[in-house]
Amino acid sequence: MTDRLARGLDAPICLTWELTYGCNLACVHCLSSSGRRDPDELTTKELFAVVDELAEMQVFYVNIGGGEPTLRPDFWDLLDYCVAGKVGVKFSTNGSRITPAAAQRIASTDYVDVQISLDGADAATNDAIRGDGSYAMAVAAMEHLAAAGMREFKVSVVVTRENVGQLDDFLALAGRYGAQLRLTRLRPSGRGADVWDRLHLTGEQQRRLYTWLVERPQVLTGDSFFHLSALGEPLPGLNLCGAGRIVCLIDPVGDVYACPFVLHEQFKAGSVRDDGGFAAVWRTSELFTSLREPNSPGACASCGSYDACRGGCMAAKFFTGLPLDGPDPECVHGHGEAALLQASSSRPLVDAGHSHRGGVFVPLTRRT
Amino acid sequence: MTAYSLHPQVGLRDERFGALAYHYGNRRLTFLNDARLVRIVRSVAEYDDVDAALAAAGVPAADRLAYLAAIARLHQAEVLVARD
Repeated sequence: MTDRLARGLDAPICLTWELTYGCNLACVHCLSSSGRRDPDELTTKELFAVVDELAEMQVFYVNIGGGEPTLRPDFWDLLDYCVAGKVGVKFSTNGSRITPAAAQRIASTDYVDVQISLDGADAATNDAIRGDGSYAMAVAAMEHLAAAGMREFKVSVVVTRENVGQLDDFLALAGRYGAQLRLTRLRPSGRGADVWDRLHLTGEQQRRLYTWLVERPQVLTGDSFFHLSALGEPLPGLNLCGAGRIVCLIDPVGDVYACPFVLHEQFKAGSVRDDGGFAAVWRTSELFTSLREPNSPGACASCGSYDACRGGCMAAKFFTGLPLDGPDPECVHGHGEAALLQASSSRPLVDAGHSHRGGVFVPLTRRT
Repeated sequence: MTAYSLHPQVGLRDERFGALAYHYGNRRLTFLNDARLVRIVRSVAEYDDVDAALAAAGVPAADRLAYLAAIARLHQAEVLVARD
């Protein structure tokens, strides 16, 4: 089955769609280096045309993110348009705009799900990553969702060296609001490249995380940690890199990338503004076609764990300067560490993207 | 024998290997890895019981139990619902 999926599908299973580079936070690990809106972001009319196309391709749902997607004035109209076209939506938010009224709206349909981003189980840990006041903002959103009767929304945590000791606290916190916990891997993408060295998990922390996840199959991971499957029995999920095969990313200006973690020219397959739209990019782009070819294990060929981890995450390798056909920088057998020592000078240059200029934080305001 | 129909909140999408089923209520994705199984799932509501649906899809006697097991799994996954 994994081999069939690796050869690609007629339409993605899981499509991430970032609506804006604008954000009222400036998280230190932001994978899309968000902050300021891009003047060339898709117009409302263009957004609706993409939804029409996704409905036509029978994409079951999209993961909407940003930036902070709710900052777009047409965000709620887009949500309604998706629901009307039977394209389900799961959107990621920092919670700042999840008012009691917004929470009611979200809870009123099965076609909309929401995930609240949180990177610490207490304000000190979270706000060090996401900015002052961001913990209170997320908790207020969770309270509004729970009060509106929204069941099983997601609390989404990027696991770091600083918060990995709080996994049980995160689970308890999500449980208090009837939410599900979702953990994802810290990637050296976007501004994450700047903090990866000091925030990515140690080998010992990775082993503890693996055991914790194996014992708690109810915790969602979006298949994020498949490189840990080399430690023993596979984690739940498909355990493969889905980039260009079952997942992809549409960015705020309509460019299509292989996955949400590779916003870089080398992994750009085309644009929804091209002739043939998104479907043509998905089905015929040179990049996606090449990603669907069987990939060579390269330097990992002699390792007995390759069938379990498949060489790990393409984005993690690329942004740490490692060859794509070699070990993941966080290879559980330590093969990535030696490679990293040699590769430190070959990391790709990544500009600040749409980060707030001078690292200035936009004041946190909340509409009531 | 039980009669089934497709769960009203499930979307089916044909794929080269069979089909994908997505449940908008519990947000779970299910893989159907067999074209005949997909035909049965699409038509099961038209038959008075599951045996009639299997027969109409031309399931050989030797494969009957395997298909019944697959249908039971789809019922458990809420892709199919039992009807009276």
